[in-house]
Amino acid sequence: MLDTSNEAVIRVRDVVVGFKDVTILNRLSLDVFRGEILGFVGGSGAGKSVLMRTIIGLVPKVSGTIEVFGVDLGSAEDEERQAVERRWGVLFQQGALFSSLTVRQNVQFPMREYLKLSRRLLDEVAVAKLEMVGLTADVCEKYPSELSGGMIKRVALARALALDPEIVFLDEPTSGLDPIGAGDFDDLIRTLSRTLGLTVYMVTHDLDSLHSVCDRIAVLADGKVITSGPISTMLASEHPWVKSYFRGKRSRAGHGVTV
Amino acid sequence: MSGEPLLQSKIVGNRMALAGAGSWTADRAVELEQLVDDVVRRRDAAATIDIDMRRVERLDTYGAWLLERLVRDVDSAGRSTRVIGLPTRYQGLFDEAHQANRSHSKRRRESAITAALIIVGETMAKVAIDLTNIVQMVGAVAAAAMRAIARPWTYRFTSMVHHVDRVGWRAVPIILLITFLIGAIIAQQGIFHFRRFGADVFVVDMLGILVLREIGVLIVCVMVAGRSGSAYTAELGSMKMREEIDALRTMGFDPMDVLILPRIVALVIAVPILAFLGSMAALYGGGLVAWLYGGMAPDIFLGRLRESVTFDHFMVGMVKAPFMALVIGVVAAVEGLAVEGSAESLGLRTTASVVKSIFLVIVLDGFFAIFFASIGK
Repeated sequence: MLDTSNEAVIRVRDVVVGFKDVTILNRLSLDVFRGEILGFVGGSGAGKSVLMRTIIGLVPKVSGTIEVFGVDLGSAEDEERQAVERRWGVLFQQGALFSSLTVRQNVQFPMREYLKLSRRLLDEVAVAKLEMVGLTADVCEKYPSELSGGMIKRVALARALALDPEIVFLDEPTSGLDPIGAGDFDDLIRTLSRTLGLTVYMVTHDLDSLHSVCDRIAVLADGKVITSGPISTMLASEHPWVKSYFRGKRSRAGHGVTV
Repeated sequence: MSGEPLLQSKIVGNRMALAGAGSWTADRAVELEQLVDDVVRRRDAAATIDIDMRRVERLDTYGAWLLERLVRDVDSAGRSTRVIGLPTRYQGLFDEAHQANRSHSKRRRESAITAALIIVGETMAKVAIDLTNIVQMVGAVAAAAMRAIARPWTYRFTSMVHHVDRVGWRAVPIILLITFLIGAIIAQQGIFHFRRFGADVFVVDMLGILVLREIGVLIVCVMVAGRSGSAYTAELGSMKMREEIDALRTMGFDPMDVLILPRIVALVIAVPILAFLGSMAALYGGGLVAWLYGGMAPDIFLGRLRESVTFDHFMVGMVKAPFMALVIGVVAAVEGLAVEGSAESLGLRTTASVVKSIFLVIVLDGFFAIFFASIGK
């Protein structure tokens, strides 16, 4: 772990989320510490994305509190909320790039909204961000529909990082990428989190990502975080779901790879 | 803006000493950029420039890039720079910035005249492409129709009936309402102006000929282009965006047969019916106004109508309807299939579909006018 100060930048307490009469998250609590890369796993439909969307305010919660940077988002004023929102970036599963804007405009969009920068600096920083995520300046004038899946994810990551956030939320960042592309993306996240001192909250299904980049893993089942800890804890766990997830047929352990 | 200056400079002999402080972050990037540009302007005052970063508390990409830009701009003028005391935790970030913006792919900028000429040229090229696309689509629809005639059991009859329901039956109320109003307005205006020279009764001639030959079918086509042509374009366009059309192709279906032919045939069936209903509604509206506003009894109105309007007038109007329907359908299909990945493109194409089909319907109407005049109808 890069920064070992045990300051929780996200503090979720007893959160309940449900749609109509289905309860998805049932009194869930979770801490995310500064500087760590947290991998969040759970079965399909268990509510991983719902929790992420609840934290960033896209899904309303029934009860409980969510604090980010010590600000209770439930009771915060609009201005306070906005100040917090400026300090996080979100990478959506499909990238969610604005299809009518070029790559450059996509990355510059949050900068234009929040900072009054000169045109030169806007352009330079946008290109610098794109280069940081492994793209070249050539993609600047392209539209999202002209990009490959891996490039869309990278541009979306550059946009999420546009304002130099302290936390980034990644929703299945490696889904839809080939193993090499996914591996590169993992390395990128690792490097960026080191150089920028990022806290990363990553929803993922990718066992390789969990093994290679995550400092800590939290497992969601039955609407609660049933266990959390580094990969070694997961491999040692005797909980049936955790066991079959990390030691099942598709896991490294299942293939006889020693970790 | 509070606290100590982000960047202070001091010149000692031929050495400039810069001292950075505070937080070099996005929030203060504007201020910092001015300071950096200021130093770059004064770079010739010294041979070497030392940048002391010891007292910088926070650094993000913006600060790191501006530091790198300072170093780069000063170095390019043949001066030498040294960055001293950069906190080690920021070294990686500074190294990142060092790699950034190395390749120069600047956006091309044309002069205003060239840009205007480019726009004119591109527009003309687009018109040519549009025309070829429309011709191609007409050909493709004809080929699909031939296939359907050769093997009628492959024709999507259910789909066509569904679309006739959508573009025909459900359009009836609004078409009746609008044409009724148009007929009433024509009659009212006619009576108002013709009365001055006692020619009230010719209102019936004008109304009958105008509605049956031109207005009935034109108003219906404008309505159908706005109501159904746009819907076709939007449907086909979003199917294209979501790769549904590609999926059809891979399963061995031709989108022409499955999607486009039934839609166009439905229009060709529906528009003449709507044009007929619309013309009747317009005559009814005109007759009502002639009676209530002009004081012309219904039997006089009908008698006069019978004298002035021949079957030819009615036929001229009805013959045009299926051709106009074909134009609307073809333009809608062309535009729908031209949609590209973005939501904006879908909107643009839908607008273009309506504008172009109304334009072409009117152009076609002009050609029909010339044609009927030359055959003496």
